[in-house]
Amino acid sequence: MSQMHQLSACPGCEEPLESGDLFCGVCGYDLSAVPPPPQDRPTIAVGSPAGGTAWPAAGGGRPPMGEPPAIRFDTPATDSGDFELPAPAPAPEPVPEPDPVPASGPVPASGPVPASGPGPASGPGPVPASPEPAGQAPLGGSAPDPRAGGLTPAPPAGTRLCVACRAGRVDPDGYCENCGHAQPRERDHMEEELGSVAAVSDRGLRHHRNEDAFAVSSTALPDGSPAVVAIVCDGVSSATRPDEASAAAAAAANESLLRALPRGTHPQAAMHEAIVAAAAAVNALADDDGQGATDHDPHHQPHRNAPACTLVGAVVAGGLLVVGWVGDSRAYWVPDDRGAPPARLTEDDSWAAQMVAAGLMNEAEAYADERAHAITGWLGADAYELDPHTAAFKPDRPGVVVVCTDGLWNYAEGARDMARVVPPDAADRPLHSAQVLVGHALDGGGHDNVTVAVLPFAMAPEGAVSA
Amino acid sequence: MANFSKSNVPRFSVEVYQNEYLPEGGREVNAIVTVTSTGGGTTGGVPLAGASLSPSSIPGRAPTAAVVIMVDCSGSMDYPPTKMRNARDATAAAIDTLRDGVAFAVVAGTHVAAEVYPGGGRLAIADARTRAQAKDALRRLSAGGGTAIGTWLRLTDRLLNSAGVPIRHGILLTDGRNEHEAPEDLRAALDACAGRFTCDARGVGTDWEVKEVTAVASALLGTADIVADPAGLAADFTRMMENAMGKEVADVALRLWTPVGAEIVFVKQVAPAVEELTDRRTEAGPRAGDYPTGSWGDESRDYHVCVRVPQAGIGQEMLAARVSLILPDPAGGTAGPPAQGLVRAVWTEDMAASTSINPQVAHYTGQAELAHVIQQGLDARKSGDFDGATAKLGRAVQLAAASGNADTAKLLSKVVDVVDAATGTVRLKAKVAEADEMTLETRSTKTVRVKK
Repeated sequence: MSQMHQLSACPGCEEPLESGDLFCGVCGYDLSAVPPPPQDRPTIAVGSPAGGTAWPAAGGGRPPMGEPPAIRFDTPATDSGDFELPAPAPAPEPVPEPDPVPASGPVPASGPVPASGPGPASGPGPVPASPEPAGQAPLGGSAPDPRAGGLTPAPPAGTRLCVACRAGRVDPDGYCENCGHAQPRERDHMEEELGSVAAVSDRGLRHHRNEDAFAVSSTALPDGSPAVVAIVCDGVSSATRPDEASAAAAAAANESLLRALPRGTHPQAAMHEAIVAAAAAVNALADDDGQGATDHDPHHQPHRNAPACTLVGAVVAGGLLVVGWVGDSRAYWVPDDRGAPPARLTEDDSWAAQMVAAGLMNEAEAYADERAHAITGWLGADAYELDPHTAAFKPDRPGVVVVCTDGLWNYAEGARDMARVVPPDAADRPLHSAQVLVGHALDGGGHDNVTVAVLPFAMAPEGAVSA
Repeated sequence: MANFSKSNVPRFSVEVYQNEYLPEGGREVNAIVTVTSTGGGTTGGVPLAGASLSPSSIPGRAPTAAVVIMVDCSGSMDYPPTKMRNARDATAAAIDTLRDGVAFAVVAGTHVAAEVYPGGGRLAIADARTRAQAKDALRRLSAGGGTAIGTWLRLTDRLLNSAGVPIRHGILLTDGRNEHEAPEDLRAALDACAGRFTCDARGVGTDWEVKEVTAVASALLGTADIVADPAGLAADFTRMMENAMGKEVADVALRLWTPVGAEIVFVKQVAPAVEELTDRRTEAGPRAGDYPTGSWGDESRDYHVCVRVPQAGIGQEMLAARVSLILPDPAGGTAGPPAQGLVRAVWTEDMAASTSINPQVAHYTGQAELAHVIQQGLDARKSGDFDGATAKLGRAVQLAAASGNADTAKLLSKVVDVVDAATGTVRLKAKVAEADEMTLETRSTKTVRVKK
């Protein structure tokens, strides 16, 4: 029941589609991974007009621009204590009069595609907060059905037809028996919505596989109040099996948090433990690797180029917002009241960030360097040492946490840029927002895998904060 | 206790080495496919001498292997007379190496082929008695007559295929040119025999034609070599026979599936020796073809597969080829799931990924070029093109040195004076022993594996 695609007919064979179809039931056309013609990508449309029209209040976000940002967690928040998200200084002018012109300014993409915009934005009438999270299970769960069901072109029941040539069957290795093309894999596009948190991951347009992974979950603290978790990992492409590394790390961190939080472990300590657990899971992959390869190459060094990935996680529990990370995946704070300043909550383990932190270069110089994006921290057996960063915040207003890989933030680097592309109703429709954000990255070129989790932070009803 | 009812067909494994990344617009996919067979609990890779538990040696059971030895008995074998004597001794040594239970025969080759032992169009079953009888029969061998190798092969084919034995092998010894039949006759005989038995070929002395002997071995998927000094024959025959006795499965084919729109640029064996297989394809179902590889014991061979695929966009991935091994139906045996490997193509904009060459592919591309330039260099030398010969053989010296092919480098150094191996600077030797030149030519296709 993805609301991502609102096509009425398959672009390949004109077969009418039902909302939620991930593949055309007749020809197998992949409606998500194969880049469709522009009008097939509702994410463009949803994103831009939302910024341009349905979001007049967003203009309010701009006035403070001239002032020193109220919240920038530029200082490394390494395992530091809690610090509160201060009430934004520019609060006095939170809702200056709506100004649609500047609002559309920051979203130049809205220009080229205004026509298609309103349709998808309004037409689909996506139900806010889909009532059936089960339907949002990762793509794999639902993928086989549209392929297998209702096929008219005569192949025996149960056969999968190639999405590329639509003539060959798919062999057990996932390639077409006719044209050889790799079939969309489960991980090419994944979506999950669980209660109030949602995540979307996409292969992007230029990479042949998705090496990102995520996990979202919710549990309860000992006092019965909810705790919501989002983890996002980005496999390091230059290492071996990055896809396995990210999947292992996301799963391990998630499980660790689900064990620790109900026991009453402080969320920040739980996040620290989760990163350690994720690192162990990724390290274990390197050991597997060593055994497999020794046969052929006696000089194989299992720890050289061992599987590796980044990790960023966020937990909302007990009125706290806790983030933890290793590498250059990020978390952003975007208040529901767009008049309040947004913030980046993480500090990259990257060459550029280190240069800036050490005072050796200014930000512009550092990020212009070709080494800028080289990461200096990661999970993996060949990491120098594991240095998990965690930070806890106590926001004074509701908002959403955007937890993402660089596949997204490369297209919305600053906190304000990010806030601009987050739909105004993100807190109510996290899955839709995550889809919009992934769409923003794809519109920008989709040069990397894109993974986004949107985790709303609601103000606890008075008295619920037991701390 | 060995379980004799169990199949002894070896287990095959396939590994693929390639850089699957192609740049935008890239179409050519190269891969080295390493095929390894490990025996079904019989020899463990160790050549057998004497008694063994191999299926072919079990008393009372039908033999599973048959060998025919073809000995050149043309008039030239008497010059010098030691040649005939050495050939007789070598054949006797080979017969001694036959395992009990293996079917065998000895053929004398001149301008016609004659059965020496056991005769009557049959094969003998090796045991102490038949081995002694066969060696006795060798005494009757005498030199006289011409050379028509095609006739020897056709007789061998009849004998080997009379017994319904799965592993069929020939050993051919010649000392002279195939003068008493037209080249087409030999070609036709090879075509007729290809796929029906495998054959190792040896040239003794220096009066034979390298291309004839290598053509026999190549067509019949065996090895070719020179035994310049007849005194070395016995040891060589023993080794050859041990190798033949180690074979456990015959008629293995390499099957290549390629997608629609793809074309196979070439398929060749690259280790232990270069052997072009591209034109030996037999179709095997839609978009699949089989390439013969002969019989296998415990061994490992490498193949270089080059496929041209239709181009696809950045981020796309496709299967460029599926490589699998086709074994003859092991009657009642369990061959296990067929071994296979995947050759993939992935288009990327990462130039570092798409421009790097897989080390195995690079190595064997160099080894194949090495074999080729040696051949070209020797041909140029024979035709009097000394500049061309110097250039080609210089390149060969460079390639042999860079790839660590020490055997070939040594053979080259007997034909050229190496000034600088790294740059391939050489001078042709003024005087080259004929045996050295023939050895280089015969062994030019031998390769080494990637340096570890």
